[in-house]
Amino acid sequence: MPDAQTVLEICKVRGFSRRRFMQFCGTMAATLALPTSYAQTIADALSTKRKPTLVWLEFQDCAGNTESMLRSPHPTIEDIVLEAVSLEYHETIMAGYGKHAEAALQRVVKEETGKYLVIVEGAIPTADDGIYCTVNGRTALSIVQEVCTGAAAVIAVGACAWDGGLVRSKPNPTGAVGLQEAVPGVNVVNLPGCPHNSVNTAAVLVHYLTFGALPALDAENRPLFAYGQIIHDQCERRAHYDAGRYVQAWGDEGHRKGWCLFKMGCKGPEANYNCPTVRWNNATSWPVKSGHGCIACASSRFWDTKSPFYSRLPHPPGFGVDVTASEIGWTVVGAVAAATAVHATGHVIRDHSHPGGTAEPHKDQAAERQTTEVR
Amino acid sequence: MSRVVIDPVTRIEGHLRIETEVNGGRVTDAWSSGTMFRGIELILRGRDPREAWIWAQRICGVCTTVHALASVRAVENALNIQIPDNARLVRNLIAGSQNVQDHVVHFYHLHALDWVDVTLALKADPAKTSQLAQSISEWPKSSATYFKGVQDRVKALVASRQLSLFSSGDWGHPAYQLPPEANLLAVAHYIEALDMQRDFIRIHAVLGGKNPHLQTFLVGGMATAIDGTEPEAVINPERITLFNELVTRAQTFVNQVYIPDVLAVAGFYKEWFGYGEGLGNFMAYGDYPAGSINDPSRFFFPRGVILGRDLSTVHPLDPGKIAEYVSHSYYDYSVGDQASLPPARGETQPHYSGPKPPYEYLNTDAKYSWLKAPRYDDKAVEVGPLARTLIAYASGNAAVKQAVDGVLGHFNAPPTVLFSTLGRIAARAVEAQIVAGQLGNWVAELDDNMSRGDVRIHDGSMWDPESWPKSCAGFGLEEAPRGSLGHWVEIENKHIVNYQAVVPSTWNAGPRDAHGQRGAYEAALLNTPIADPERPLEVLRTVHSFDPCLACAVHVIDGQGHRYGHESVTVPDLPAPACSAAEMGGL
Repeated sequence: MPDAQTVLEICKVRGFSRRRFMQFCGTMAATLALPTSYAQTIADALSTKRKPTLVWLEFQDCAGNTESMLRSPHPTIEDIVLEAVSLEYHETIMAGYGKHAEAALQRVVKEETGKYLVIVEGAIPTADDGIYCTVNGRTALSIVQEVCTGAAAVIAVGACAWDGGLVRSKPNPTGAVGLQEAVPGVNVVNLPGCPHNSVNTAAVLVHYLTFGALPALDAENRPLFAYGQIIHDQCERRAHYDAGRYVQAWGDEGHRKGWCLFKMGCKGPEANYNCPTVRWNNATSWPVKSGHGCIACASSRFWDTKSPFYSRLPHPPGFGVDVTASEIGWTVVGAVAAATAVHATGHVIRDHSHPGGTAEPHKDQAAERQTTEVR
Repeated sequence: MSRVVIDPVTRIEGHLRIETEVNGGRVTDAWSSGTMFRGIELILRGRDPREAWIWAQRICGVCTTVHALASVRAVENALNIQIPDNARLVRNLIAGSQNVQDHVVHFYHLHALDWVDVTLALKADPAKTSQLAQSISEWPKSSATYFKGVQDRVKALVASRQLSLFSSGDWGHPAYQLPPEANLLAVAHYIEALDMQRDFIRIHAVLGGKNPHLQTFLVGGMATAIDGTEPEAVINPERITLFNELVTRAQTFVNQVYIPDVLAVAGFYKEWFGYGEGLGNFMAYGDYPAGSINDPSRFFFPRGVILGRDLSTVHPLDPGKIAEYVSHSYYDYSVGDQASLPPARGETQPHYSGPKPPYEYLNTDAKYSWLKAPRYDDKAVEVGPLARTLIAYASGNAAVKQAVDGVLGHFNAPPTVLFSTLGRIAARAVEAQIVAGQLGNWVAELDDNMSRGDVRIHDGSMWDPESWPKSCAGFGLEEAPRGSLGHWVEIENKHIVNYQAVVPSTWNAGPRDAHGQRGAYEAALLNTPIADPERPLEVLRTVHSFDPCLACAVHVIDGQGHRYGHESVTVPDLPAPACSAAEMGGL
């Protein structure tokens, strides 16, 4: 489609062109916590590039990641699908159905080979020749292999697409696996979580749109900006933990005063995710803030490895809890990066509507680091 | 005669395939097939029952929370736990918000494009669209300038030749009958509803940390600490103010956008009050307790059964009459595939016997779905907003009667038009309006309790598994947005040994039973007019009117055939809502 329009041209047609366009670019820069001047970089990129095509595949899923995407606060889902990308296939929200939907997918695969983006949601069953999930009479396995092999980039959202998630947990009745096992050799960006936080996914898309490359990843192909830091280290209840103020029973005085949930089974010390900083639903809250322990939903095979969810993590009685918990946590991160680098990138994303906190000193370093790596 | 297949059925949750026979421009037969299976209930075995809700919630991310609630109710029933009043109110608030949010998203983002031709919005006159909008509603976003902006946005999209999620729509299909201005109005509200759902569901984020997949339920209550004097308590006076703001905005949207839009769109498609009837049998467990979960007479949604489209009688519900068939489902029964089994003695041995992929058609004479076929008293019944609304209406519920009569009066039509595709859409909208109206009352009750210094949110008397009987069993019933939902759990030595779910979309989307009785979708599709078999848009209209959720619908019951009610099992001696002890024991 040589006459396809750039985002800027689309905005011009819409009448309130330049201002709206620059607002959009500014929002994207803020999302990625880039310096304000990057709005112009983003604007330049979007003024000259055709909207990339995106296809979103769903297999053994609950559509929770789709729902999470629908709640994306900035850019909004309408900005993403109307202006930033062309979402040609997404079963839960696309207009087409049946044959027409499948034709749309085939057109992308055949005509845009090497150029389109894929997001995958849900696990992929491999037992019994893959008959536990079919679409249009084809197995999930055959579809994911065909579609992902020709993609420019592939993003796995949610725990199930990452490593099989809940569907794969014992006894894994359907032989479910995650995307990187189902399609070996394809470069996958993993955005685990149950569900993924759409703020992170939007940021990855924006990064790709702006720089033509994916952000810096850890050893498990998770973006460092989102998975580089331990929840425990970012937790707003951390001061209570350090002071030994714990919730002892649900609804007790400590619970009502917002004390630490460690003794109620919180897995925050073993969890990597930026929940406490980006939060959920337009930065409204996150599970620990709302009074329940973390279940480490962005950790590898968390359903089996982090449950039982109400059993407290092992630690020496009395004191020394902090050391042990941190050690456990850092072991998880150990293979990823040096502690300083992780700290530097841990706060790359911070909701722009919630300034303050400790993120500011890290922002520029992080942005620098990011742009260096994507160059 | 031709076989018309829709796979994937899009704009639903999950993987659904519909095969129809089309004869002389009408659907003469239909088959509904779920094409995905995970086995979550098998995965739950051996786990801590207190965390079953965290797992079970992942049955569905669209109907998030509903499986969590059914799960904690099931375990509380097994352990004979009564939750504090504050927990009841928080649960009602969460489930009620889910209902309203889900219905809005369904109408605008999953269903509207069956009725609205996005491309026709380009031909609309923004000034006339403004007149139309102002003639049906007080909603302030109704100026010509506003609609011009929306139209420009669509224009830019079409000009880009990259239509994104609208790229493969059936634009220009003869079944689209809205004038251009109504299409533009609907497109504007499609976008506004995205904003509404994003904003309103922050009530779930406050109470549950995030949406989807809230992290706040507890066996025995909720994790939402409440204290009017503590700024760090999850529920405090500041949050009550926020709840009231969010609820008020949702009520305004439902009253000023959703309801007027449904009435306006329906007005252009009145013939769809004559299509899509289906079974004429309806069932609801009822929900939103006003006191104890064990007192269904005080539920906000009443419980009952309507049979043979007879609105003069609401039959009492007997859960002992629920059973499931696998005659056309990919499972084996030890007692033979022609028999039915009640959920309490259910068994499932998955055994795919469909065509080898890639395939073109299912063998619908044999087994053809991953869904089972639940039946009530051996009858296929429909569940969901229409069932609930009819049962409330027939039970004489004043609020429902007033709202439904308002809609019927608008169309000058009798109640029997509700047995239809449009009837389902109207019932869902009416329900959203009534539930949205009630949310504020639950917030007020919570505020009252808090003001009186009632900070109880969890009954911890049975939190320690050491306090449990060696074995016990229970069940939790609920009305999810899509209909009646039940979870059954059996616990031994502090662990789950059996877990089952019988889910709304299993009732509605399930296949035929051993007697050849069609499921609700299959029956509702009969006689649907099809203008163009290559583009069977009309089939989608009726299927979508049920709001399908297939991830929910496919479930596994225990493969070992565990029994409930063996001698060591403690079945709490509770009055209904629950199944009777005899039913639990399958005696």
